[in-house]
Amino acid sequence: MTAPPLETSNPSPERAAAPRPRRRFAGLGLPIYVTLALVFLLIPIAYTFVFSFNDSAKSNIAWRGFTFDKWLTVCNEPGLCEAFGNSILVGVVATALATALGTAIAIALVRYRFRFRSSISLLLFLPMATPEVVLGAGLAAQFLALGTQKGIVTVILAHTMFCISFVVVTVKARVASLDPALEEAGRDLYGSPAQVFWRITFPLLLPGILAAALLSFALSFDDFIITNFNSGAVDTFPKFIYIAAARGIPAEANVVASAVFIIAILIVVVSQVSRSARQKRLAKLG
Amino acid sequence: MAFAAFASSDAAVTKPPRRKSTIALVLLLPGILYMVLFFLTPLISLVITSFQAELPGGDIGEYVPALQWQNYVDSASEYLPHILRAFGYALVATVFALIVSYPIAYYIGVKARRWPLLQSMMLTLVIAPFFISFLLRTLAWKQILSDESPVVQALKAVAILPADGHLTGTPFAVIFGLTYNFIPFMTLPLYTTLERLDTRFLEAGSDLYANPATTFLKVTVPLSMPGIISGTLLTFIPAAGDYINASRDFLGSSKTAMLGNAIEANFLTLQNYPVAAALSIILMAVILILVGVYVRRSGTEDLL
Amino acid sequence: MKTTGTFAEAGADLEFVDISKRFPGFTAIESLNLTIPAGSFFALLGPSGCGKTTTLRLVAGLEEPSAGRILIGGKDVTNTKSFQRPVNTVFQSYALFPHMTILENVAFGLRRRKIDDPLGKAHEALRLVELDHLAARRPAQLSGGQQQRVALARAIVNRPALLLLDEPLGALDLKLRRQMQLELKSIQTEIGLTFLHVTHDQEEAMTMADIVAVMNKGEIEQMGAPEQLYELPRTAFVANFLGQSNLFTGQVTDSTADFITVDIAGRGIVVPRTRAQRHAGEVTIGVRPEKLMLHTDAPAAGAGINILGPGRVTDVSFSGVSTSYIVHIPGLGAVTVFAQNMVFGPVVNEGAEVWVSWTVDHGFGLEDEPTPGSRFPADASTNAIAIQRRAALETELEGA
Repeated sequence: MTAPPLETSNPSPERAAAPRPRRRFAGLGLPIYVTLALVFLLIPIAYTFVFSFNDSAKSNIAWRGFTFDKWLTVCNEPGLCEAFGNSILVGVVATALATALGTAIAIALVRYRFRFRSSISLLLFLPMATPEVVLGAGLAAQFLALGTQKGIVTVILAHTMFCISFVVVTVKARVASLDPALEEAGRDLYGSPAQVFWRITFPLLLPGILAAALLSFALSFDDFIITNFNSGAVDTFPKFIYIAAARGIPAEANVVASAVFIIAILIVVVSQVSRSARQKRLAKLG
Repeated sequence: MAFAAFASSDAAVTKPPRRKSTIALVLLLPGILYMVLFFLTPLISLVITSFQAELPGGDIGEYVPALQWQNYVDSASEYLPHILRAFGYALVATVFALIVSYPIAYYIGVKARRWPLLQSMMLTLVIAPFFISFLLRTLAWKQILSDESPVVQALKAVAILPADGHLTGTPFAVIFGLTYNFIPFMTLPLYTTLERLDTRFLEAGSDLYANPATTFLKVTVPLSMPGIISGTLLTFIPAAGDYINASRDFLGSSKTAMLGNAIEANFLTLQNYPVAAALSIILMAVILILVGVYVRRSGTEDLL
Repeated sequence: MKTTGTFAEAGADLEFVDISKRFPGFTAIESLNLTIPAGSFFALLGPSGCGKTTTLRLVAGLEEPSAGRILIGGKDVTNTKSFQRPVNTVFQSYALFPHMTILENVAFGLRRRKIDDPLGKAHEALRLVELDHLAARRPAQLSGGQQQRVALARAIVNRPALLLLDEPLGALDLKLRRQMQLELKSIQTEIGLTFLHVTHDQEEAMTMADIVAVMNKGEIEQMGAPEQLYELPRTAFVANFLGQSNLFTGQVTDSTADFITVDIAGRGIVVPRTRAQRHAGEVTIGVRPEKLMLHTDAPAAGAGINILGPGRVTDVSFSGVSTSYIVHIPGLGAVTVFAQNMVFGPVVNEGAEVWVSWTVDHGFGLEDEPTPGSRFPADASTNAIAIQRRAALETELEGA
């Protein structure tokens, strides 16, 4: 260890001076690019939001003036609020089912050893690697073969299926990071297996379970392809848009989407701010 | 984040699990049974359907069980352009999405570490498109890229686009839409690996006489390989099966129809179930083969 | 399971009867017999992987033995579940519940056993460890030392018959560790419970425990009071795991009622008969480095003194309170000497010709079968020692 380290720690004048202007430029280039890219990502959102205030007539393509009316009379658009209600119903039920089933699987996968473990992992991984159109067509083919009437129940069954995989992945990570000594401490401190689960394991897994539930709901709410194959005559919000796209989207659809967007963003921002506030408080106390 | 699904590995599970398996059975059985009933058997019924033959003298949509391999030959030859477009568009969109997303993920995950609030805000902006309907986002692009839009007018004015040119209904628009829609799927897994990247490796790289570009190619990129793999898979798989962007009501036209459009039309409109099923099996098989080769080539089998 | 809880009246005996624990692929403990008397502070000392943590987990009920019985206070608890045993553990990682306050952590066991006034008793336990003012905090807001004390309070508040400590001081820095050692010891004296402490830190075991059991390869090598173990190690493993030893191997040339004489590198080295485990044939004897004296001139031979040398000093290293010298003696190898720093600077320099001597009473003789070589290497692998122990046992059995 003689000459080379000295050279890097003590650069020659030309090496120190030359890259300066270039580096300053490169240092700005990345932030500028990222800002532009983020703006690009937001363009369609802004467009949707702006056109929810368009005083449109039949179609919502050309700008015809500003109005609040569409926000106030959103349910006047035939079928829109019904489709939205269906989406909420499907989302809630599918999320509840998938979260319960998926959490149980995640705990079993991390905590127990059993035969066919890898086949079970594959069974849970495969739906995520399967295009939605195949999942949708497969279920539709099965319902067709069984003569099942397609409707809201078949949509819920379909959504629960693809949500389970995502719940398992999300909760599994949380279970794996849970220190087994905590549950052992619970048993050591006279907690019966049920008490240990409900007082220690479950509360510690809760953030992961909630994240999985939110993700499930988001996936279900925005799903179109699988729904399209299995909904029969029932409309969900995305399906409403798909059908309306052929003849022109009513501005009321923009209203619903914008409202959902605002609520979702608010939830995310509030949780982020409260988390960073909690971390600051912890840091101060520590 | 579920988008790290492909990056999560069993290696994180430390203790060898060992205990009575009755509880495991109770925990597993309902969910596994559900997946068997609503994932595995549908795939099997898809396979069965793909071999069905028309009922002689039957109505439209009436089929009988058979072992008609011809269905595969017929549908593959009839829809070869759709198959090629599906994988071609998906491939190009995946490459574009990677190029666009990597700098974003790098900036948020590495450069913005000093400002946690900025980091989480930028991350929120990346996932913001998830909170607004996929279909409406695509329709918004359709309007923005429509023939009457200022964008197209401007492009025509500077003669990038010929006077009679269009953006919507072209392969460009479809690939553009796919790229746009899957950028968050690409960015998030990249961010997840880059955020954990130890910057001391980069310092070690430059200490060992690598210039920034060499450090990036020889240190940063290999270390973010798990993110690149999960991101590309999370983009390529759904993009190959997508039929919204390519649909004529959205960014495409009949000339841009992808395999997904063919499956949808055959299943839901033409009620030609065997063809739709055969095309689905072809799509699934090609994806599984491609993913298998890709994952094996990149030496990250443990990711699955 | 108890419906209304009662505190253990006093510490209880812990008894292991022929306990074995086998995991797939390896055996952690092989027919272990051990009795820990009530009210004692008992330390299980050994290197990692020696089976000491498994032993502790067996007592806590977190593992089931493959064979044998465990008795607490004379009662067989082998088949009782963890939450039904009058035993509490201070975990290595503390395992404080991160979603509960300090107070709720401490009250957890009391609440499970439906003991009256859990919060009052929890406050009392927190006062004992001087952390009552932090009762409303969460574990993440406490320092490592504070967390350790909460873990202790959470265990002792239940007045278990037996308290298990799994390397509870391992995560603390040296100064805090010394302080906590004293605190733990005084709390144990105060409440009179039986403490079973598992550690790999020999100094910690010697400072705190009344009885130390040195464990190796799933077996107890030697058990006794710390001074006794240090002064009279019976095996090479104990001699080197508990402090450092110089070990020499030679043939017994003379054996009287009080002494044996061993031929070491041509000199007759004398060991008291009571301090030697074997009295004939080839034996290994040892002496602690701090019991050795360095001489620059050949010391006069006399009764009660053993002398080795001359040799050459090959290394001198200063460590504050003492200086350690490595002396190479021809035909014998390296001998370590610790000398108190009574004068400024080293007494001798590297390369000097020296003799070493020690009082006959300080030597000890091991029960190990000597290796074919002249002496044990200072860092004899535990595996090598175990093989020799088995060979020794076999010859013993043949002789019987």
